[in-house]
Amino acid sequence: MKHVQDFKVKHYQLLNADNYILTLSSDTVIEATEPGNFAEIKVPDTPDVFLRRPISILNVNHEAKTISFYIKAIGKGTTKLGKLPIGSVVNIVYPLGNSFSISKRKNVLIVGGGSGIAPFIMLASKLKKENNNVTFLIGARTGDDVFLTEEFSKYGDIHITTEDGSLGEKGLVTQHSVFSGDFPFDHIYTCGPDPMMKAIASIATKKRISCEASLENMMACGIGACLCCVTPTVNGNQCVCTEGPVFNTKDLQW
Amino acid sequence: MVNLEVNIAGVKFKNPVTTASGTFGFGQEFEDFIDLNKLGGIFVKGLTLKNREGNDYPRMAETASGMLNAVGLQNKGIDYFINTIFPSIKDSGTEIIPNINGSVVKEYIEVAEKLNEVDSINILELNISCPNVKEGGMAFGVSCPSAIAVTSAVREVFHKPIIVKLSPNVTDITEIAKGVEGAGADAVSLVNTFLGMAIDAHTKKPLLSTVTGGLSGPAIKPIALRMVWQVYNAVKIPVIGIGGIMNATDAIEFMIAGATAIQVGTANFIDPQVSIKIIDGIEEYCKKNGVSTVSQLTGGLIL
Repeated sequence: MKHVQDFKVKHYQLLNADNYILTLSSDTVIEATEPGNFAEIKVPDTPDVFLRRPISILNVNHEAKTISFYIKAIGKGTTKLGKLPIGSVVNIVYPLGNSFSISKRKNVLIVGGGSGIAPFIMLASKLKKENNNVTFLIGARTGDDVFLTEEFSKYGDIHITTEDGSLGEKGLVTQHSVFSGDFPFDHIYTCGPDPMMKAIASIATKKRISCEASLENMMACGIGACLCCVTPTVNGNQCVCTEGPVFNTKDLQW
Repeated sequence: MVNLEVNIAGVKFKNPVTTASGTFGFGQEFEDFIDLNKLGGIFVKGLTLKNREGNDYPRMAETASGMLNAVGLQNKGIDYFINTIFPSIKDSGTEIIPNINGSVVKEYIEVAEKLNEVDSINILELNISCPNVKEGGMAFGVSCPSAIAVTSAVREVFHKPIIVKLSPNVTDITEIAKGVEGAGADAVSLVNTFLGMAIDAHTKKPLLSTVTGGLSGPAIKPIALRMVWQVYNAVKIPVIGIGGIMNATDAIEFMIAGATAIQVGTANFIDPQVSIKIIDGIEEYCKKNGVSTVSQLTGGLIL
């Protein structure tokens, strides 16, 4: 059930100058969340950030009553969220949106670009429990922008591409050697910049396998009321916040 | 005990706090957060005769103390509302008010005729002020003759009270208000959004697919408040105040300016429970200030 809840800033983990993990804690029970769900975070004490910020849920720890978010500081809101004093109250609306499907005993490929890796720790953990064989393909601009590989390695093999070649193969994720030659995968999960997801979706089509993409449109309400975050689909314009953020790419007309 | 009930054209609202069309879906979107039956009413998402896909993405841009939208009346059409949505919300215990739109007068008439037949729809909002559609919408609301024409036409076919939602994008909103009052409107609601735009300085491109869109939020509140006060002084029918209401104090200010009831709009996006907080805050204000009936606030401006 969707919920409005006050949390407190418990911990920051700085990944580099612009990227961090924000962990919030609560006195009360954390709602059940699924991989792909997101939260609408109210940026405290920042009147010029009017709307909440939709952020993918990185992980939830029900015992410790914590919820964490991987955030890239790109604007006033996401920058401010990275600089709150420990203990600050942060109000969030969550869990929002749909979630990734969880296959069983399949060979799955998870393709994440930039901050699009956020939903994949929860997803991989669930996929592993259902005896899937998980492989990650992570794309970033440079080696300094590749994060959470230790976490990912708990669940499967990792391939990396960087645009400058400083880590893994040089080039875009879509040019990675995993796509040439033997291709053992039954399903692809992807999240990242739109051009990357579109390219991955067209690879999936060519390989005749299914593909789910998590979209990241600008949102106001996050709960399907304002109809601002729509994406065109075979069923008409649909809200990324409610009918998504996860879509089967065969339904998208982006 | 404070009597929070207000009366608009013979329709009783349990309190003056309603939610604005386009900001509250059909109410169901908020069921996880609040008891809908506590609300005075829900003005549901704008309806048209046929299915509309609305405008292309991007439809939204954040601004200083507000936002621009260019949704463009995306909805599945009046038949879908009557047959599928309304049966699931009609027992929510609050007044459900359809907001109707058209690109030509004939469409408004057809939609209103269909709503005539629906039990437990007691009142409708005639939207002549949507800034985000190419044909109709605001075009009806920015000239007196066309505002009068569409109001008269709907008045002729619709047997229950009509609220006309006014555009602020006019030289003198009191002229339009008086015009629609003369044409048979039972109440007016104001204001809809202000036409605005936003540009990305780096790409030199507009931030909205439609270039221009409707500005809402606290940025517009002082102008909306002024217009409510002007219209209250110009007409005899009830006024419903809308425009950047974020809390109970804002709502009370609109009532003092002349509003019988208010609509909470953009604030719903920031706090899905804000409408209930506003009801509680109004009640508390009345208790503190010895106001026994909330309608006593209406038009209480001391000059």
